[in-house]
Amino acid sequence: MSPRIEVVALDCLMLRLFDEIAESNMPWMLAASERLRAVFGAQLIDLVPSYTTLMVHYELTALSPSQARELIAEALIDLAPNARTGGQCHVLPVWYDLSVGPELSLLAQRSGLAVQEVILRHSAREYQVFALGFAPGFAFMGLVEEILAAPRLDTPRKKVAAGSVGIAERQTAAYPVVSPGGWNLIGRTPAKLFDRHRDGYSLMQPGDTVRFEAVSHAEFINLGGDDTPLEALA
Amino acid sequence: MSRLTIEASTPLCLLQDAGRFGVRHLGVTQGGAADWSSMSWGNWLLGNALDLPVIEITLGGFAVVAQEDCLLALAGADLGAQIDGQALAPWRSFKLGKGQTLKFTQPLLGARAYLAAPGGFDAPQVLGSSATVVREELGGLDGMGLPLTKGATLSYRGAVLQVREVPLAHRPDLRLNAPLDLVLGAQIGQFSGQSLFDVFNSPWTLDSRADRMGIRLLGKALQYQGRPMISEGIPLGAVQVPPDGQPIVLLNDRQTIGGYPRLGALTPLALARLAQCLPGAQVRFRPVVQEVAHREHVEYLQRFIIS
Repeated sequence: MSPRIEVVALDCLMLRLFDEIAESNMPWMLAASERLRAVFGAQLIDLVPSYTTLMVHYELTALSPSQARELIAEALIDLAPNARTGGQCHVLPVWYDLSVGPELSLLAQRSGLAVQEVILRHSAREYQVFALGFAPGFAFMGLVEEILAAPRLDTPRKKVAAGSVGIAERQTAAYPVVSPGGWNLIGRTPAKLFDRHRDGYSLMQPGDTVRFEAVSHAEFINLGGDDTPLEALA
Repeated sequence: MSRLTIEASTPLCLLQDAGRFGVRHLGVTQGGAADWSSMSWGNWLLGNALDLPVIEITLGGFAVVAQEDCLLALAGADLGAQIDGQALAPWRSFKLGKGQTLKFTQPLLGARAYLAAPGGFDAPQVLGSSATVVREELGGLDGMGLPLTKGATLSYRGAVLQVREVPLAHRPDLRLNAPLDLVLGAQIGQFSGQSLFDVFNSPWTLDSRADRMGIRLLGKALQYQGRPMISEGIPLGAVQVPPDGQPIVLLNDRQTIGGYPRLGALTPLALARLAQCLPGAQVRFRPVVQEVAHREHVEYLQRFIIS
């Protein structure tokens, strides 16, 4: 780890902790996040964690850029990885089916695996939530097996159904609401990923772990899933 | 309670406030008035807290009829506002009698007008703000992120008796052609030397591809020579450069994280001025360092207090 503090905007600084995406970053990121929240206190407007960075947006009427830098430096003193396994472990039910996950066949083709094997491998791993972004509650998770990795679609879809589960490169994610999107879709989850009435709003938080569990069409419907085929949305 | 009935509206007429904060780590965007300065002056005219809910009217096409005698305020762009056909200039509070129609016709100067009401317009708070973000289905009159529509009722509970104007010296000059201050960011040194020269010495034209997420600028192609970036937090006003070399200035409804290299970020005042520019307008950039920009901004904020 080689922490650097960078200028981002008039009232924002970036704490850069790593240069590469890795699962081993997370305990450090979580620890830094906690410390920053503590030292900034009420002067923190927003803290935006991503894979290797934490963007600090602070109250500009209370802190000058140099004072904010000092606080970040203070947060780094004796920083130790957060050993707590306090991140929640979620199991997301997924109905893997070509009607809601048309790229299942593409991934099978690319990897030389049978569709059933693609499903098995995607649901076998425990993934880490690296960051939230793109849309409320959209969690970037990884890493999927190298053999399942695939680039984003050349032309993003105009409409991806809520709950759609996809893969882009070695990451996987589920779309919380209907939105445009370019990920390779492989299935759909009935889970409500963002809920304004839930404590904390987002089902998943950075540092949480997630496992996907294949369910049948009947189970998917029972859990409240919407099986409208993707084409019907366009 | 005082009420106004919306007689005409467009998808660009939105209830806004200062935006949504403390939720960026969940992927929730900021939202809020694109020209925060005009929103603040609109509220200031009524003695409101500066961040109360206002109506952001972009380009015009909006009209309301007063159901009671009202005293409201208008700041920002001159969108050819009229009360029963009589021209109404911005930067003042004004009376709108029961049954009178306030209508916004077309942009005469600037792009976004802000209509404020005593005590702010009524709207539910969703994740701490009433700001309408259509894409995220958050905020607005119903809390579900819908733009204002014909037939809907706006209401407010405050009362103000005296009309007033924003002192001339404090009115943002929307004609001003001064360069936009750009706080230099961490990747600035990784653009080619020629690109750095071009950023600050050539004009940039606003593209028609512009919305509340971002405004594209057209000009000389800029060249980033650094490593590809891993997605990271993006601040308000960030000037990012995608592979085609044409910068995009990110506004209130931007995505929370992104992986394009950035020249830096506009200062809040520069961003407010850009938000008032129409497609085809030309702007220039001026480099500014963070400490100086911060000092100047804090001085500007003082004006709301001493006026």
